[in-house]
Amino acid sequence: MRGKLTGMNGNTAVAYAVKQAEVDVIAAYPITPQTIIVERLSEYVNNGELNAAFIPVESEHTALSACVGASLAGARVFTATASQGLALMYEILWIASALRTTVVMALANRALSAPINIHCSHDDAYAARDTGWIELFAENVQEAYDLTLQAFRISEDKRVLLPTIVNLDGFILTHSLEGLYVLDDKDVKEFLPPKEPVLPIDPDNPITYGPLDLYDYYIEHKRQQAEAMKNSYGPIKEIHRKYSEFTGRKYAPLKTFGMEDAEVAMMILGSSAGTARYVARKLRKNGKKVGVISLTVYRPFPVDEIREALKGVKAVAVMDRSYSFGSPGAQLYMDVAAALYNEKERPLLFNVIYGLGGRDLKPEHVAWVFEKAEEVARTGEVREPQIWIGVRE
Amino acid sequence: MTVSGLIKSIREIPREELLAPGHRLCAGCGIPQLVRLTLKAVKGPKVVVTSTGCLEVATTIFPYTSWRVPWVHSAFENAAATASGIEAAFRILEKKKGVKKPKVIVFGGDGGTFDIGLQALSGALERGHDLIYICYDNEAYMNTGIQRSGATPKGAATTTSPAGRVIPGKLERKKDLVGIAIAHGVRYAATMNPAYPVDMYNKLVKAASISGPTVLHYFTPCPTGWRADPAKSIEIARLAVQTRVWPLYEYEDGTYRINVLVKKPKPVEEYFKLQGRFKHLFKPENKWLLEEIKRDIEENWQRLLRLAGIEE
Repeated sequence: MRGKLTGMNGNTAVAYAVKQAEVDVIAAYPITPQTIIVERLSEYVNNGELNAAFIPVESEHTALSACVGASLAGARVFTATASQGLALMYEILWIASALRTTVVMALANRALSAPINIHCSHDDAYAARDTGWIELFAENVQEAYDLTLQAFRISEDKRVLLPTIVNLDGFILTHSLEGLYVLDDKDVKEFLPPKEPVLPIDPDNPITYGPLDLYDYYIEHKRQQAEAMKNSYGPIKEIHRKYSEFTGRKYAPLKTFGMEDAEVAMMILGSSAGTARYVARKLRKNGKKVGVISLTVYRPFPVDEIREALKGVKAVAVMDRSYSFGSPGAQLYMDVAAALYNEKERPLLFNVIYGLGGRDLKPEHVAWVFEKAEEVARTGEVREPQIWIGVRE
Repeated sequence: MTVSGLIKSIREIPREELLAPGHRLCAGCGIPQLVRLTLKAVKGPKVVVTSTGCLEVATTIFPYTSWRVPWVHSAFENAAATASGIEAAFRILEKKKGVKKPKVIVFGGDGGTFDIGLQALSGALERGHDLIYICYDNEAYMNTGIQRSGATPKGAATTTSPAGRVIPGKLERKKDLVGIAIAHGVRYAATMNPAYPVDMYNKLVKAASISGPTVLHYFTPCPTGWRADPAKSIEIARLAVQTRVWPLYEYEDGTYRINVLVKKPKPVEEYFKLQGRFKHLFKPENKWLLEEIKRDIEENWQRLLRLAGIEE
């Protein structure tokens, strides 16, 4: 395992990775539970440990707008936000990706108001799912650190040139002290060379960025962007592999546990994947054929890998830490259902809503969901397509 | 302030054109003159950021562009924010990589400046970014079809402040943009008008000479939205100054200067009668509003005289 063992919370680990990435510009606005990231980065800049411009903006809308401008100017750029902040940025999320910027954002996942709540839901992560950003999910502090470093390399890869969000569960990861390995600065430099901007703002080579684009060209440009997102998948996998070889810590778009012979499975994002695996491991010791799939890469959605991993599985509980009002299922559920629909053999699916606003997902909840999944597999019938877990009704 | 490059005559304005012809701005629109003069007056490498609005849609219809300088458009309310990022990026890239830092120029319409973009502008001014922010003020949301903005003057009819039987057009006063800028501690702020190109050119030169944020507020006739003859745009613009509707003044490190001291103002009716948006003010039932507007104009002029330390 390359690096030095130390202890940090998720926010500090992200800030440390950003410092080691030697970013040029940071524009961010305070919002719980992300604030520690910008506090640390301000300290690095003001103490001369990081040679960057820190723009203390007056809103998240400006934070991302400034990041777009700075990225077009050729800078390596970082911002961080959560929940309401992401919602305020929403308009600019689309612009940041369509202008092919390479902004990296840490998103400290937090429930969206109302009612106001500062704890974890994946509402914000899902709100960005259609906006053209690559989205990664960290499961622990180590991954928050590692994925932040990889995010810069992914975004700035000339085959990609798209912005990336690194999701980390609010409080559960942002504020929990965990052990992790951090790389030496020189190792980071080796893995992540300085940004080589593509067509940056240059008075000697004037370019018009963000022109008016009507029905005669808009759809072609959107198609190009769609291709860019699709084509980013190969480089993401390659960068995961390179980072894995470099550090000895394994990264791939999908993390599977017990899927080689699983009859029922759980699909989940973020920090709860650890709880899911903990329970699955116990159940497997008792001879239960259960498995867990967690996604490190959420956008672009790893369709082929998911189809492959679910071959032969009879029932899948798709876990969503959010809710999509009026939809046939919550967000991850709809993605998984769409990915499987045309498969000749496919498992039965049901959707579990859990953990909203920071409610704990306990091992007994996970065990109960696996029981439900086994029941679906046994009966061949989904009686409850959507279950809310841990709710007082 | 001793600044080099100031001019005395229109003949001294450089010939180089960095806004290519063929753009789709309306006949009689004052914006092209602003942009052309700005790109002439601000020497050296530069980047232009533009908010969504007339200037953006009329100069960059893909695959064409009128811009011979780097030009960036992101959204409506965030021109100052986008410019902040560009400026900060070049500031650091100059230190780290020796990239030459260009001057950052922002063009925002009155909607993008007075209303939806005011917060972003305020933030950029407070943080002290090195940029010239220029508001081209045609006194309404013209690009979307003449809706009232915080810059629409009292009495003007727009599609969302129509001259109705009960409410005769906009009843609220225009915001004081230059005052807002000065309150942020900017070193230089001024008003400009296309009928006074030498004054305008020199103000642009002065703004460009300052390291830090400056704000310029430009009066741009909009024949389409004002229901005026495109051939009379400059005449209307000149009348705006000569009736004291649009005082030309500048603020420089604590000192106010009125650039065109209008000793004997022309009756404001001369300015109003050339524009359909003020037509209803001549109806007898709206006389009270016309009188109120006249009092506002006089009050504002007296305020500026006091600020400039001029006794009449």
